[in-house]
Amino acid sequence: MNEKNMIDEERHYSQVIEEESVCTAENIVYEKPSVLLDTPMHYCPGCGHGVAHRLIAEVIEELGIQNETIGVAPVGCSVFAYNYLDIDMTEAAHGRASAVATGIKRVFPDKYVFSYQGDGDLAAIGTGETIHTCNRGENILVVFINNGIYGMTGGQMAPTTLPGMKSTTSPFGRDTQTMGAPIKMTELIANLPGTYYVTRQAVNTPVNVRKAKKAIMNGFKYQTLKKGLSFVEIVSNCPSNWKMTPRDANKWMEDNMFPFYPLGDIKTPNKEN
Amino acid sequence: MAKVKGDILIDIEKCKGCELCIDACPQGSLEKSRKVNNKGYLFIVKIEDNCTGCTNCALVCPEGAITVYRKVDKEKKQVAKITNVTSDITVTVNE
Repeated sequence: MNEKNMIDEERHYSQVIEEESVCTAENIVYEKPSVLLDTPMHYCPGCGHGVAHRLIAEVIEELGIQNETIGVAPVGCSVFAYNYLDIDMTEAAHGRASAVATGIKRVFPDKYVFSYQGDGDLAAIGTGETIHTCNRGENILVVFINNGIYGMTGGQMAPTTLPGMKSTTSPFGRDTQTMGAPIKMTELIANLPGTYYVTRQAVNTPVNVRKAKKAIMNGFKYQTLKKGLSFVEIVSNCPSNWKMTPRDANKWMEDNMFPFYPLGDIKTPNKEN
Repeated sequence: MAKVKGDILIDIEKCKGCELCIDACPQGSLEKSRKVNNKGYLFIVKIEDNCTGCTNCALVCPEGAITVYRKVDKEKKQVAKITNVTSDITVTVNE
């Protein structure tokens, strides 16, 4: 290779016109909502909590209620939810998020109040608070993330663990004779007269994500009607404690969780009328 | 046919390599990289240039690490061709 050829080669590359990039500000069709902060999340790879947080942030941004929203974080994996959402948030004792949200809503009736709870928080230690909040018909939104296991403490059996499902406290699978059957919280509270909108969604596929966003949007909108509590259950995964990869966990969830926890609206304002 | 060209930007420091976007992508343009980011995760990269900007990958991303861009190039449609004109002709198109 002589010197002349090298110079020619350099000139050739310098003259290649770069293709016009699509990545410009006016072409953005989807980006992370500004209500969701840039803090890296502590959740495991593939966890549904991240999508649920982002959906709440998107809804708050689209409705333009960032200054009028107060959230209540639970105890569990999502205990640091207030680090990721750029809204007013508080932290409740284990299971008492809906009770704290009740108090906030009664002091500030015009604010949008929501509680974000997991299944160990809402269905185990906070069953009493949840059921009575729903029965009183407080005008709040309860977002219930159901992954059938205690995630933060290391994969113990939760009230929503499926029959036969292995966890660290049910190593041979959940035996319904000794450990009881799973609680379907959403169907349970749908019977109460205080609830206005009860639905079960998932965040594993793009279609389900869009539906879940619509459900959360409805939950925030119905607060202005002052007709009762909105309850959105999101069936989620827990790859770490199910001991699966995120892809396998989503597959397992579709095969096992969805038949037991069928997706869809359980109580809607239209059906009631 | 309008030509749709899309592109995505992945925040590789946020990405935890859960591969959910690979399943969600209808074009199969995403793949795991061979490098790791600062956290030690094998992040996701776009390997094919066939993105349509459908936002599926961004919707399922738990970290909110994907920004989607889409550009629609509308081809110019020929409405009328006027040749050998000697006097003024007005051509209008209904919007």
